[in-house]
Amino acid sequence: MSSTITKPTSSSASGQKMLQAMVGIGMICALLIVLTYEGTRDRIEKNRAEALEQAIFKVLPGITRTAPYLATAEGKFLPATADNAKEGKLVYAGYNAEGDLAGIALTASGQGYADIIRVLYGYDPAQQAIVGLYVLESKETPGLGDKIEKDLAFMENFRALDVTLEDDLTQLKNRVVPVKHGNKEHPWEIDGITGATISSRAIGDLLGASTEQWIPQIHQQVEVFETSSTEKNE
Amino acid sequence: MSKQDQPTTSATVPPTTDEFIKGLWRDNPVFVQVLGMCPVLAVSNTAVNALAMGLATAFVLLMSNVLVSALRNFIPKQVRIASYILIIATFVTITDYAIQAISVDLHKSLGAFISLIVVNCLILSRAEAFAAKNTIGRSVLDALGMGLGFTFALLCLGAIRELMGNGSLFGLAVFPANFQSWIVMILPAGGFFTLALLLLGINALQQRQKQTQS
Repeated sequence: MSSTITKPTSSSASGQKMLQAMVGIGMICALLIVLTYEGTRDRIEKNRAEALEQAIFKVLPGITRTAPYLATAEGKFLPATADNAKEGKLVYAGYNAEGDLAGIALTASGQGYADIIRVLYGYDPAQQAIVGLYVLESKETPGLGDKIEKDLAFMENFRALDVTLEDDLTQLKNRVVPVKHGNKEHPWEIDGITGATISSRAIGDLLGASTEQWIPQIHQQVEVFETSSTEKNE
Repeated sequence: MSKQDQPTTSATVPPTTDEFIKGLWRDNPVFVQVLGMCPVLAVSNTAVNALAMGLATAFVLLMSNVLVSALRNFIPKQVRIASYILIIATFVTITDYAIQAISVDLHKSLGAFISLIVVNCLILSRAEAFAAKNTIGRSVLDALGMGLGFTFALLCLGAIRELMGNGSLFGLAVFPANFQSWIVMILPAGGFFTLALLLLGINALQQRQKQTQS
């Protein structure tokens, strides 16, 4: 490190120069960032919306159209509009080519190994089962924890994961639970991944919590999603 | 910083292809200078991640070298490091937005490592040791050489580790399905093993070159 001592006479001048340089560079940098942000914002929002849309189609096989619904604080579901979309949780109903309700996609999140994991899963009310899962956001260890997105055997868990309700429709018969790899015996268990134990268990836990909360609510009001689909087709 | 940080070539020489070539091989940032080890070891577990990370770093290196070189007479010595970090962080933010605009999937797979380009000492060292003392033209060549050299090194590591640890290359299966993958190659330890072996090989190669020359 240099240990030059600036002369008292030049200190204020050099201080001003430093200030000018830092402020100047700060302005240039701020301008560049703002320009990039403005330039890419629409594209990024479009990409994100597309990614979510594609994810809905992935978790609800066979659908041709989706419609967002808002879950209100009172536990009711309303068709989402541009105005109310930010007021609560959104769920996405998916309809097949005949216009019938094929399923409902929900987002869920929970703590993973590295950070919060956000997933989208599809619920089929006719089968009372989870029929698809897609990881929207995760920072799990590349090569290990990120197997929750890539491992085909793990994805097989979510082809028909049982979430059957009790006869009074108020709660699940069996909570979705993660189990160690190779120990899956029941259709409501999620077979874990060797080498991604914590991440796969996190998926099981967050799915367990989310299904326990939302599936009974959705199933009780399933006609809300069905009626509006026929209205839109007429 | 002392005068030892002066570039190996004199600052009065006009741009030459040597500025470009030195980063690719003779002064390769990973294999010879052993700089920026955090992303080298962390993101080189698959070939795609390694390539994307290498290119993102090369872009930040190029842009920050250009700006640092252009402003080199305007930045006072006392605040140069702060200024360089500000410039580098700006271009990292821009890269982050650009990657999100190009592909959400790619952004997803690189995760936290994009933001960490800010603290890659390779970029700061090129700004301090080269761009701050040379013309824009030479700085561009230097950044291109170093950036591509870095990308090349990352790709070598990524390809070897993915091949051994996953039996695939760029996501395509190479070995038959019964290939027992070496999990350790994907873990951080595998990064150290691979890098050590590559460094061993390259040092042996360069020593032999020197012997044949003398």
